[in-house]
Amino acid sequence: MHSREEILDQLYELIGPHSEQPIVLSEQTRMMDDVGLDSMKVMELVMQIEDSFDVSVPLNILPDVNTIGEFASHLETLLQDADS
Amino acid sequence: MTNLLEKFRPLEEKRAALVASSGEDPFHVIVEKVISSTEAVVNGRKVIMVGTNNYLGLTFDPGCVEAACKAVREEGTGTTGSRMANGSYAAHVALESELAAFFNCPAAIVFSTGYIANLGVLSTLTGSGDVILMDADCHASIYDGTRLGAAQVIRFRHNDPADLEKRLQRLGEQSGRTLVVVEGIYSMLGDRAPLREIVDIKHRYGASLLVDEAHSLGVLGEHGRGLAEETGVEGEVDFITGTFSKSLGSIGGFCVSRWPELEHMRYAMRPYTFTASSSPSLIASTSKALQLLSRGVELRTKLWDNATRLYQGLAEMGFDLGPQISPVIAVKLPASVVNTPTLLWGELLSRGVYVNLVLPPAAPGGCSMLRCSLSAAHSPEQIDVVLNAFSAVSAKLQLEHHS
Repeated sequence: MHSREEILDQLYELIGPHSEQPIVLSEQTRMMDDVGLDSMKVMELVMQIEDSFDVSVPLNILPDVNTIGEFASHLETLLQDADS
Repeated sequence: MTNLLEKFRPLEEKRAALVASSGEDPFHVIVEKVISSTEAVVNGRKVIMVGTNNYLGLTFDPGCVEAACKAVREEGTGTTGSRMANGSYAAHVALESELAAFFNCPAAIVFSTGYIANLGVLSTLTGSGDVILMDADCHASIYDGTRLGAAQVIRFRHNDPADLEKRLQRLGEQSGRTLVVVEGIYSMLGDRAPLREIVDIKHRYGASLLVDEAHSLGVLGEHGRGLAEETGVEGEVDFITGTFSKSLGSIGGFCVSRWPELEHMRYAMRPYTFTASSSPSLIASTSKALQLLSRGVELRTKLWDNATRLYQGLAEMGFDLGPQISPVIAVKLPASVVNTPTLLWGELLSRGVYVNLVLPPAAPGGCSMLRCSLSAAHSPEQIDVVLNAFSAVSAKLQLEHHS
């Protein structure tokens, strides 16, 4: 089981290197507008996140994901579903 | 106050900067006159077309042209509606039989474009609870097809069977409801899917497999049936989609399957149901071109001779190319290039050579590319003109490298 904090820490670690400028990441950080990811980079990041958490992350969630916190919420659900 | 059109301003600014830097708009080239399947007039100058995907050069084949003219005279300029509403013309149905026979499949459906074929099949074959597991470098029509449907969409790393297997394994029991999607030849880098390994993996996990042979139809395999034929796995591929607009020289798309149930899908596919069917002239020239393609060993030999000549020539000049010799040749430009990719593209055009300019994010890996596609109709002399033009580009790049 991953706690929300663990999920967030792992996400910060994965997303950090993609940032064009040094930026403090938080739950409110917007992945495209603040980190500067384009849609292709977001899809690459999804593959990294899948491998890091060993869980399938369908691209279908992307229209609903704006911030890192929103991504973490989806991951929480996906990880719970995978465990059950 | 902002309005709906405001969001296009950044796009227009980018376009304007591109035009200002090179004096050309590489994405709005006007072909003023078509001379042949390999030559046209652009900017008042005769150029060799090396970016048309006209792999077998059949757009001016006298038999195809005559078949199209006869059909337009006898059946008119268009069908003015969908096959479901207006009815299929006999020639639509005949072409489906010809495609099924060509691929040794029990079922075939003809669509109005290749894009629509992928939209229809991907959005309808899979639904809620199913999964589409696609190669990351798949064409936009495949991405768009997944968005029109309700399946979960997951990507695997390009041409990486181990990555595909890892993701199938992760899906657990859902792997049996998964459609793996790959392409015969990838349109940007010109490389082929490792189909033998992918077929073995899909068997192990009970998944289904769709291969888009858009760029490999007529190009690979003894009879031109594509990568599945070349690899010897035709009986193990579940669905093949493709287009008439490359090696067959017209417009349209198709799906064939070893599963007769494909026929049922016809009644459920919105991109089939709600668009006008192909005009009689297109169907007629496609049918004729399919005959030529199936016995086109000589055409394929010429195409591959041309591809090899250009690939080897470019490799000798030191260009960074796609991984395999292919009728699609990607010339990858170094990221540090000061002479902008658009200027280099314009340099080729000014020397009478038209290729496709590919800028990020269209090219895999975020690089810029000058993309060439060869035709059986190119002469060796034309390939040499292309190589000379690229040597001027090479000189510019080296000058830059040493300065």
